[in-house]
Amino acid sequence: MAKVHVSTTVNGQPQEVLVEPNDSLLDTLRDGLGLTGTKEGCATGDCGACSVTLDGRLVCSCLVLGVEADGKEVGTIEGVADGDGLHVLQQKFLEHAALQCGVCTPGFIVAAKALLEKNPDPDETTIRYWLAGNLCRCTGYDKIVRAVQDAASELATPA
Amino acid sequence: MGDYAYAAPSTVDSTVELLSNTAQSGGRAQVLAGGTDVLVQMRSVDREPRLLVDVKQLAETNKLSIGDEEIYIGAAIASAVLNENAELKGKLPGLIESADLIGSTQIQGRCTIGGNLCNSSPAGDTIPALIANSAVCHIVGADGERNVPVEDFLTGVGTNCMAPHEFLLGLRIPTPKGRTGDAYLRFIPRTEMDIAVAGAGVRLTLDENGTCTEARVGIGAVAPTALVVPDAAAALIGSNVDEAALNAAADACSAAASPITDKRGTVEYRTKVVGVLCKRAGAIARDRAVVA
Repeated sequence: MAKVHVSTTVNGQPQEVLVEPNDSLLDTLRDGLGLTGTKEGCATGDCGACSVTLDGRLVCSCLVLGVEADGKEVGTIEGVADGDGLHVLQQKFLEHAALQCGVCTPGFIVAAKALLEKNPDPDETTIRYWLAGNLCRCTGYDKIVRAVQDAASELATPA
Repeated sequence: MGDYAYAAPSTVDSTVELLSNTAQSGGRAQVLAGGTDVLVQMRSVDREPRLLVDVKQLAETNKLSIGDEEIYIGAAIASAVLNENAELKGKLPGLIESADLIGSTQIQGRCTIGGNLCNSSPAGDTIPALIANSAVCHIVGADGERNVPVEDFLTGVGTNCMAPHEFLLGLRIPTPKGRTGDAYLRFIPRTEMDIAVAGAGVRLTLDENGTCTEARVGIGAVAPTALVVPDAAAALIGSNVDEAALNAAADACSAAASPITDKRGTVEYRTKVVGVLCKRAGAIARDRAVVA
């Protein structure tokens, strides 16, 4: 099968990668670029574990082809922290114990970050609906929702 | 069996040429918009390699215009983008709600009304709302352009009238005028992220006295394709869209339904519920028309 050359930007870094035409963006990130923070859960767009942003918009990377990232900007969990400094959302997920096995966590954090960038002060219902496409089978959702609410308040407080 | 390939042509002509040449050489091409159905299907029920023709690079499939006579919605515009357009949402709240009901935030970032229609599922949520809004499919192919009403576009479960050399550019919808409102409701057993058990879309126009002068009703998930229900519209036209008229429209929808029994619902349940949804959607459309 003829591989296709893709030029994309991942977390602000230009990347060149060869992909099969039917590879998902998830395959491209994990196997092509070695960015394994993005997880595969269902591979059918139901669980949200593979959530990334594509030109700023939240998507399931399992439902995007790697070739479709050509010329686009991809944001993954690896781009959330600032070096060794955790993003507020990451810190709040730790403080609230909003994870157990952790497979869903990168997707939740990428999705929650996209929400707070669009709506810095979401109410609980808004958070729950926005995150309805992210499934967690360990903790349940209360701790996750509280972590997102706490992160939103901290981000809203002037430093 | 060949290999998968991908192309993202930049013009309508080159897209049609690619689709035509592939069909003539005995190959298989599939048009790709948001991919939220196509990618799932190509990993499960339909693994045959094919040429994926991405139509998202075309200006025509990304066109969104709101004119005095016609609203044009390009086939490749993501649902989230439509939902963020306040003017469009103000004109066609029912249609935009039907699109917004589909999938999660992540799915909304990719899925399109054009794709929902071309997937041609009996339960596609936007389809009854498109029918209620008299939407017409703007199709292009080797023989040029043609315009097909949505209810005539659908030919069966997962099938439509397009030839292999054709694809959907966009949807043409008459711009609502005066006191006009639309609404779409579906029933699912959860609050969201599910497939319709039954659905109904209504668009109607009222005169100054509150009498309904125009109406269209579409129903979904209760037949091999979504259906237009002229008898339900006839029950509303000339009435004040009161309880009696809405009940008559509901009965017409139940009469038009020919559902199957499956894990989501029985024949009896779907037949009843599609009428209830028509009645409720009709009341919402009426209330929207009053303030439009």
